[in-house]
Amino acid sequence: MNKVNKDNFKQDSYKYGFVTDIENEKIQKGLNEEVIKLISMKKNEPQWMLDWRLAAFERLQNMSVPKWAKAEIEEIDFQDLYYYSSPKDFKEKPKSLDEVDPKLLETYEKLGIPLTEQKVLAGVAVDAVFDSVSVATTFKEKLNEIGVIFCPISEAIQKHPELVKKYIGSVIPVTDHFYATLNSAVFSDGSFVYIPKGVKCPMELSTYFRINASETGQFERTLIIADEDSYVSYLEGCTAPMRDENQLHAANVELVALDNAEIKYSTVQNWYPGDENGKGGIYNFVTKRGLCKGKNSKISWTQIETGSAITWKYPSCILRGDNSTGEFYSVAITNNHQQADTGTKMIHLGKNTKSKIISKGISAGKSSNTYRGLVSFHRKAENAKNFTQCDSLLVGSECKANTIPLTENNSNSSSIEHEATTSKISDEQLFYCMQRGLNAEEAQSLIVNGFCKEVLQKLPMEFAVEAQKLVSISLEGSVG
Amino acid sequence: MLDIKNLNVSVEDKLILKNLNLSLGKGQVHAIMGPNGSGKSTIAHTLAGKPNYDVNSGEVSFNGEDLLSKDPYERSLDGLFLAFQYPIELPGVTNASYLKQIVNAHRKSKNETPIDAGEFLKILKEKSKQLDIPMDMHSRFVNTGFSGGEKKKNEVLQMDLLDPSLIIMDETDSGLDVDALKSTAEAINKLRNSDRTFLIITHYLRLLEYIEPDFVHVFQNGSVIETGDKSLASKIDQEGYN
Repeated sequence: MNKVNKDNFKQDSYKYGFVTDIENEKIQKGLNEEVIKLISMKKNEPQWMLDWRLAAFERLQNMSVPKWAKAEIEEIDFQDLYYYSSPKDFKEKPKSLDEVDPKLLETYEKLGIPLTEQKVLAGVAVDAVFDSVSVATTFKEKLNEIGVIFCPISEAIQKHPELVKKYIGSVIPVTDHFYATLNSAVFSDGSFVYIPKGVKCPMELSTYFRINASETGQFERTLIIADEDSYVSYLEGCTAPMRDENQLHAANVELVALDNAEIKYSTVQNWYPGDENGKGGIYNFVTKRGLCKGKNSKISWTQIETGSAITWKYPSCILRGDNSTGEFYSVAITNNHQQADTGTKMIHLGKNTKSKIISKGISAGKSSNTYRGLVSFHRKAENAKNFTQCDSLLVGSECKANTIPLTENNSNSSSIEHEATTSKISDEQLFYCMQRGLNAEEAQSLIVNGFCKEVLQKLPMEFAVEAQKLVSISLEGSVG
Repeated sequence: MLDIKNLNVSVEDKLILKNLNLSLGKGQVHAIMGPNGSGKSTIAHTLAGKPNYDVNSGEVSFNGEDLLSKDPYERSLDGLFLAFQYPIELPGVTNASYLKQIVNAHRKSKNETPIDAGEFLKILKEKSKQLDIPMDMHSRFVNTGFSGGEKKKNEVLQMDLLDPSLIIMDETDSGLDVDALKSTAEAINKLRNSDRTFLIITHYLRLLEYIEPDFVHVFQNGSVIETGDKSLASKIDQEGYN
């Protein structure tokens, strides 16, 4: 029998664990007004933005870290972190790729995200965020021609202040919870997208987040606005070097869809998960929320969560516009000592609003995987409908899976359907596939990919194949 | 082509096969008959390499190579096919993609390129038609919710696609009504040729009425106690195993 010995298993399956040897410039450690002012100054921000940050920081003083996740989290000393790190001499974002440090280009090349003109992925515009700054954005001019704004949020604050002012914090209030408020105070970079009325964005927009510097938190902030009758598909990818320390990633992502607009937001999260003994890895504490503001609007979240030591996130939809639709498709894979507590919130406010939740949790090794969700029907949400399906797959006998679905129903005419299953990859299934010529890893990968195919199919085509491979790689070493 | 010598196998520390000796020549059809609980399925599982079947001693050579040191998938790639008594369900995996993947695993081991999607579909259509399998079965999940007859046909289809040199059938007749048994047996008969060896493990005569064996072995208490031709099967059917 083909056994992969767990003792021999090394984390060589994480191929993004390298460090880019580049000098960086950090603001001194610690969380205080001085640091926030420095971040704002580094980014040349107008006064209103600094005031907004400082207001958030003031609120933070009376807030404490939430404790309710089903995860064991080591206490974080927020004064012992760097809140800003950028490649040295990075005063201003390079105007063209020729000016970008070749080491950075090489880094993204190694990550499979070529940025140079000759090699860029056709049909995908990429914003590359390295630690606290955006280092390159491709296809910007081409998108500009049709009125689509795709740029780092730091640039949008300067060039499109009216849009940023109007929408930032409109979906995730500054005071939402500790990590969201922290992000509002110290956020560094992330992407800004505006799709004008009537425009169907002709390419995938994508941001690739890379943490490189040590002892540094990454606080990305992304804001996507789809104006009336528009459409956009956006994808984010994330990786980080292998380190013994836990690093914090606390992002805020806000989406706003106006009348008849649709936003499709996909995530392939592959932050460093820590080693096989649970040492190191990213703390991925992220707030993602979309507002279906207009009638007939639609927001669809698709996430493939394979990385991070701890994942703690609930991409949510507020369905305010009548006939609006929210969707959540998730595959969360945990192996070794990883912990994931993830799910969604669907808040139905408008009439005839619909939501659909498909969650696939796969746990292997000694990991723990929790689906936590809320479906809430407001009093005025007449004829609102939800369908929820939560499936868990266990690999081995030392892992844990939990499903915590909550519902609040204040509408008489609404309906909720909920299905949940828990299954285990059986030795019989593996043996059956092996008897037909598949080796142990191929057999497991076939079964697992079958289990989450429904969700993988929702990814943009360019990434679906990669995601399938990632699913298999994440479980390497768990066949025993 | 298959030689079993003094094979002793235990499952969960209980000795099931005791000094089993069996020799199968190329192109021959052998049947092993034995009472329920005699451990005859253990032969099939041991040959296929199922985990937890512990070989205490003995040797098995398959086409001149040591079989027992190989992983289950290597045995499959070497041409050994086990038709399961109860084919396993794989929810979420469509039958078509599964069949294509196992075909490609075998092609890869022969240094052939993966099969082209169009070509595969053509072959699948042709072979499904021969087995009277509707094409929509291939868009369902492997064996999931299949009837007993559909599961067995799917096993025969896999045999046909993988082109094995040794086919071991473990109680293939179980769970089939007379009509399904007959059509399954007919399909298997079509796969008989001078290069292909069969080992049919069964409790009853009825399957052997359709698939005529060259040799019949009576299996009891962990080893073969009598070997004969087809008439031995009829004798057992009339007189029982005692």
